[in-house]
Amino acid sequence: MSQAPAMTRISARFARFLDSDFFFSYRNSPVAIVASFLTVTLILAALFAPFLTPQNPFNPAELNLMDGLTHPMQAGLGSNRVFWLGADEQGRDVFSALLYGSRVSLFVGFASTIFSAFLGVTLGVLAGYFGGRTDALIMRVTDVQLSFPAILVALLVFGVARGVIPPEFQERVALWVMVVALGLANWAQYARTVRASTLVERQKDYVSAARIIGRSPAPIMARHVLPNVAGPVFVIATINLALAILEEATLSFLGAGLPVTQPSLGTLIRFGQQQLFSGEWWILVFPALMLITLALSINLLGDWLRDALDPKIK
Amino acid sequence: MTRSFVKFAAVLMAGTMLAGVAEARSLKWARSGDSLTLDPHAQNEGPTSTLAHQIYEPLVTRKVDGGLEPTLATSWRILPDDPTVWEFKLRQGVKFHNGNPFNADDVVFSVERVMSPTSDFKGLWASVESVKKVDDYTVHIKTKGPNPILIQNMTNTFMMDKEWTTANKAEKVQDFKNKEENFAVRNANGTGAFQLVSREPDVRTVLRRNDAYWGKGKVPLEVSEIVYTPVKADATRIAAMLSGEVDFVQDVPVQDIQRLKSQSGVKVNEGPENRTIFLGMDVGSAELKSSDQKGKNPFADKQVRQAMSMAINRDAIQRVVMRGQSRPTGTIAPPFIDGFTPEMGKPPAYDVAKAKAMLAAAGYPNGFSVTLNCPNDRYLNDEGICQAVVGMLGQIGIKINLVAQSKSIHFPLIQKNPPETQFYLLGWGVPPFDSDYIFTFLYHTREGARGGWNAIGLSDKALDAKIQSLASETDLAKRKATVADIWAKLQDETYYIPLHDQLLAYAMKPEINIPVHPDNTVWIKNVSFK
Repeated sequence: MSQAPAMTRISARFARFLDSDFFFSYRNSPVAIVASFLTVTLILAALFAPFLTPQNPFNPAELNLMDGLTHPMQAGLGSNRVFWLGADEQGRDVFSALLYGSRVSLFVGFASTIFSAFLGVTLGVLAGYFGGRTDALIMRVTDVQLSFPAILVALLVFGVARGVIPPEFQERVALWVMVVALGLANWAQYARTVRASTLVERQKDYVSAARIIGRSPAPIMARHVLPNVAGPVFVIATINLALAILEEATLSFLGAGLPVTQPSLGTLIRFGQQQLFSGEWWILVFPALMLITLALSINLLGDWLRDALDPKIK
Repeated sequence: MTRSFVKFAAVLMAGTMLAGVAEARSLKWARSGDSLTLDPHAQNEGPTSTLAHQIYEPLVTRKVDGGLEPTLATSWRILPDDPTVWEFKLRQGVKFHNGNPFNADDVVFSVERVMSPTSDFKGLWASVESVKKVDDYTVHIKTKGPNPILIQNMTNTFMMDKEWTTANKAEKVQDFKNKEENFAVRNANGTGAFQLVSREPDVRTVLRRNDAYWGKGKVPLEVSEIVYTPVKADATRIAAMLSGEVDFVQDVPVQDIQRLKSQSGVKVNEGPENRTIFLGMDVGSAELKSSDQKGKNPFADKQVRQAMSMAINRDAIQRVVMRGQSRPTGTIAPPFIDGFTPEMGKPPAYDVAKAKAMLAAAGYPNGFSVTLNCPNDRYLNDEGICQAVVGMLGQIGIKINLVAQSKSIHFPLIQKNPPETQFYLLGWGVPPFDSDYIFTFLYHTREGARGGWNAIGLSDKALDAKIQSLASETDLAKRKATVADIWAKLQDETYYIPLHDQLLAYAMKPEINIPVHPDNTVWIKNVSFK
């Protein structure tokens, strides 16, 4: 009964969305359409990997060593199954490994982006709202952070974690260490941007009004300032997502990332690279293509989003 | 201005050309892992001994054909009137790199050092009672009982300079597993054909020709400088070989052998190594700590061990992981050694169903979990082998948590007392070419000089007694019978799960030729440029 009005409301909103500048810009940008289609497809494929793949490459008991090094589109000697994209030297189906690998890559990308956005936005709003010493302190830390290459910060965090965490737990927490490492490496940009917008916003009348009626700083920042500075954060976050995925791949490629038992795209590329000279090209080429496609489509989407949300370009 | 620039350029070019001439005689040698220490008595480990062989020398050396070659000793015999004494005549006129003469004092010192508690080679000298200087160039080694094969154990016992070692307070052998250091770990003073110039562990070690080498004229000695670089990543090592950046790669990854063979400008030499790769399991402890089976140790049950051995498809590992560069085996004794029989070498039939049934009969119908420790820079494709094992044992319900680490972290886990691993991969080479070496290091109770690499907690007094009797058995037929008897029991017990023997491949520039030695040792002094 009560669903009907809700439905109407949603469809009305949807109609409004279809009518908006934002959607107009989307409809008129073939790049954005292709990029978003690819991104959504890849995310869905990664999400539903267990239903789409013939084996779980994370589970060694499901691998058949006799399938090892099967060429693409050929049947493995052990399982007699056709391997679309071939198999690696452990009999791991490259197609399955790709989907599971991009799952790990996307998870690390999203989680670390959310973590760094949370950290950066919080610090940025605090700095912008309070100003003075708080601002100076936070911004100097940000400067220091920005003068380090992100990958170096991530390596540092990773190295410390490896020293502190006992070896038997390392494999279990590797994923989270990665998220924290990349999150800590990438928050500074958010802090800078959000601080600048906050400085502008806090001068505005609605903030003064809220202050005058006696609201304390925390709710003012969260309920009033934050929604008005969120726009640019989404743009940075989208571009950062692609960056985080690439950084994760770099770390894993260097061997400082995710372990053999939960390979990300970077780990798969590292394995593939070992076979570089022996002619088994499919172990390297497919994960590399996957990584490029994923990063490129998210990046293009981010670029378009930046243009679409930028009032100056319109 | 211009003229001075031209002069400068000319000098620069001349300099480069000169460097080019000198460069031609330098040999850049790459391998996946580094020597663990320069202290020649601290680690009984292949790559460590191989580098040491360039700098230090033993009394006798193993030749490529398996025979013995006089090195710092010129002749030896068992005294006719006392079968427990070996007499060695030493080479005269030999000098250490620092100029000190080599004599009997150094031999007595080195042998006593190698027999000391922290030495990793002491097991080879377990039958020796004392060593005595007779005159400057004669040494008597007295064994506890007659030991006709003692000489076979001496090919990796390096001679150090007594004066240099004591002056630098390095008399005590480095306790590697407990991360000790001494002067001899980063410095060296041997009698060998090359002397140490610089050493950066895991980065680069530079050696230069010893122009006062006693063997000058007997060996080519054409290489003037060795640059030894560990390169862990397979593809990087091979890329360096293909681009000519290195002259010699001692461990060609199995996946690259075919490619290198077809490449002009690279020569590949192949040969079997006197080494078996196997899995060790803690059979002695009451509990398997890394397992979900609390208060129990599945490995203590022979049926479990046999089931595990049966569940491993060695042919698949040979075909896929090793790409043919291995020979599946049913024993941890390589075919080179005395005491090996073809029946022992036959691997158990691969039978998953039977293995499952045996595991169920032993009380583990749902298997159990355990951590497997594995090196990732020591043996051919070691990590790949471990991954394959994880998959295969997973098929009979044994859930394995794989921990693959560098050998410098992996080996101490095995050598510590008590060992810090209960399930591990190891490869055991047999430089003395005799079963006794395997028994003494891997099966004898860990006590005194013996059992140094027995990390499986095996302690069988009856077996120990038999092993000890070998050292003083002069009747060769009787000795053979005892060896066969010991193997029969060990084969049945499956204390270790044998996987395969390695087949090695070396890659090098076509103008040099380095043969594959069964011990995987090379002597750069023998290298000549065509």
